[in-house]
Amino acid sequence: MTIRIVSFTGSNRTPPRNYPPVVIASKVIQEARRDWWFWTYAGGFALLAAAITVTATQHRTLTSSGGFGRALASLIALVQLVITLMSLTLGARQLSSERESKTLVFLLTHPVSRTQVLLGTFAGHVAAMSASVLLGFGVAGVFSALRGNPIDPGLLLRLTALSCLLVAATVAIGVLVSTLVQRGSAALGVAISVWFCMVFLGDLGLMGATVATQLPTETLFAAALLNPVEAFRLATVISLEGSLDALGPAGTYAVDTFGRGVAALAILVLGLWTAVPLALSVQVFQRRDQA
Amino acid sequence: MIEVKHLTKAYKGRIVVDDLSFNVATGESVALWGPNGAGKTTVIRCILGLISHQGHITVAGFDTKRDSTAARSLIGYVPQEPALYGALTINETLALSCRLRNLSLDLVSETADLLNLAEPGRKRVADLSGGMRQRLAIGISLLADPLILLLDEPTSSLDLDTQRQTAALLQSLKRPGRAFVLTSHRVQEVEMLTDHVIALDAGRKVGECTSKAFTSTWGIQSWLNVTLPPHQAAPAQTRLEAAGYQSQQYGRGVLLQVSAKEKADALTFLHNARFDVLDFEVWR
Repeated sequence: MTIRIVSFTGSNRTPPRNYPPVVIASKVIQEARRDWWFWTYAGGFALLAAAITVTATQHRTLTSSGGFGRALASLIALVQLVITLMSLTLGARQLSSERESKTLVFLLTHPVSRTQVLLGTFAGHVAAMSASVLLGFGVAGVFSALRGNPIDPGLLLRLTALSCLLVAATVAIGVLVSTLVQRGSAALGVAISVWFCMVFLGDLGLMGATVATQLPTETLFAAALLNPVEAFRLATVISLEGSLDALGPAGTYAVDTFGRGVAALAILVLGLWTAVPLALSVQVFQRRDQA
Repeated sequence: MIEVKHLTKAYKGRIVVDDLSFNVATGESVALWGPNGAGKTTVIRCILGLISHQGHITVAGFDTKRDSTAARSLIGYVPQEPALYGALTINETLALSCRLRNLSLDLVSETADLLNLAEPGRKRVADLSGGMRQRLAIGISLLADPLILLLDEPTSSLDLDTQRQTAALLQSLKRPGRAFVLTSHRVQEVEMLTDHVIALDAGRKVGECTSKAFTSTWGIQSWLNVTLPPHQAAPAQTRLEAAGYQSQQYGRGVLLQVSAKEKADALTFLHNARFDVLDFEVWR
């Protein structure tokens, strides 16, 4: 191998205007496109969405004419379980694995601020995960149409939009985990624990607490809103004009008290679950040594 | 160009840089020289604003605590082991760096051409050799034609041939107005690339001199690379160690650390011990 000795003079061209968070987000998407884990997750989600749709549309009588059928209900459950896990773990893996592989230093030695790096990473993951949601729901929509019982595209779009909000909230929580926990494997473990608490323990804990302590319904509703997965469920069921039975006593109380505005309240909660962890992440990320 | 005043850094109560002050003038090349653990890399990280510290650092007047982004826009950085995105290709990596610095993407092909990286431009970084990665890291550091180059042991993770080629490449990057800060424990590199040497030990400045006076000031030793038949390398190293020479097996022979006056003695010792010295080379 030979290296030419060069005289490097650089460039005086008019520089283009790039916004570092957008550049970093594009980089995250580029990496996701080549990430085996991402395609495993996305492919798995699409397969499950297809399987659920096929199963749910086997018996036409079980799919209500109001649109909120078995297929949509099952897709909501799938988002709660799978998308939440994907977003949390991918978000948690990013910064901590970048720290371990020292690629974070590569980014931070450029003239970009830490806030820009963090926001770009967040935005990239939300975009990649939202694409994965679109893929899964697209597959579900196609399969339901092929089965001769198409899901209302408007409802599917609303579900997609709400799922993207849940993605944003859970990626933000994942990013917070990755700023707090230095090692990638530990961050992954914490993310899975958070997922388990949000998806399973949150629901069961709430039910248990209700039975044990006779929680008033309004307290039960407030406690449910503390969990972004529950907020998503509330927002989707109301937005997709589903049966209020699916919401339990807290949901019924919420609808009785706030009317259809409860969906907006749940969306606001999802927004807060995005903004607050991100703000905390920025604070932690700026203060800690990153090399 | 760079002013470091009373820089102190501690990790979990252990001081790794202790009240260090120095200046690097415009166009000056300065080496931070010292053994592993002397605090050289920590100083570079502080200048880049990667880690918190006590004391003040300014780069072209920009305080690295308050205006670290502005300070970094003037700096090109070459790390010891380039940490790049393995999934991206050479061209994509250069393009990413251009975008982050708001530079024209025309520089991607220009830089790849200049550093002989155009042909493998579509290769993923994960598939590159250490030497190619280091060339890519040098290319990235040069994209913005920076006023300051921070070189953190840029050749230490490379094989000998690539070390020499990379050092020659770095030397070619010196130009009027561009400041170099090099951390190294390789004497030859320090002499070749810098004008001024600041010696560090346990985080403290223990002396400074010109690079011309470097070896005489610090009693620096040379490395003697002796080529032997392959089966003789291990026994030769054992005999040399027993005779008090600091040595290691290296390539097709042994590498010894010797003072300037001991070179011939070491060769005579090997010859008398009936080892077949096929070739030798002196590195400083």
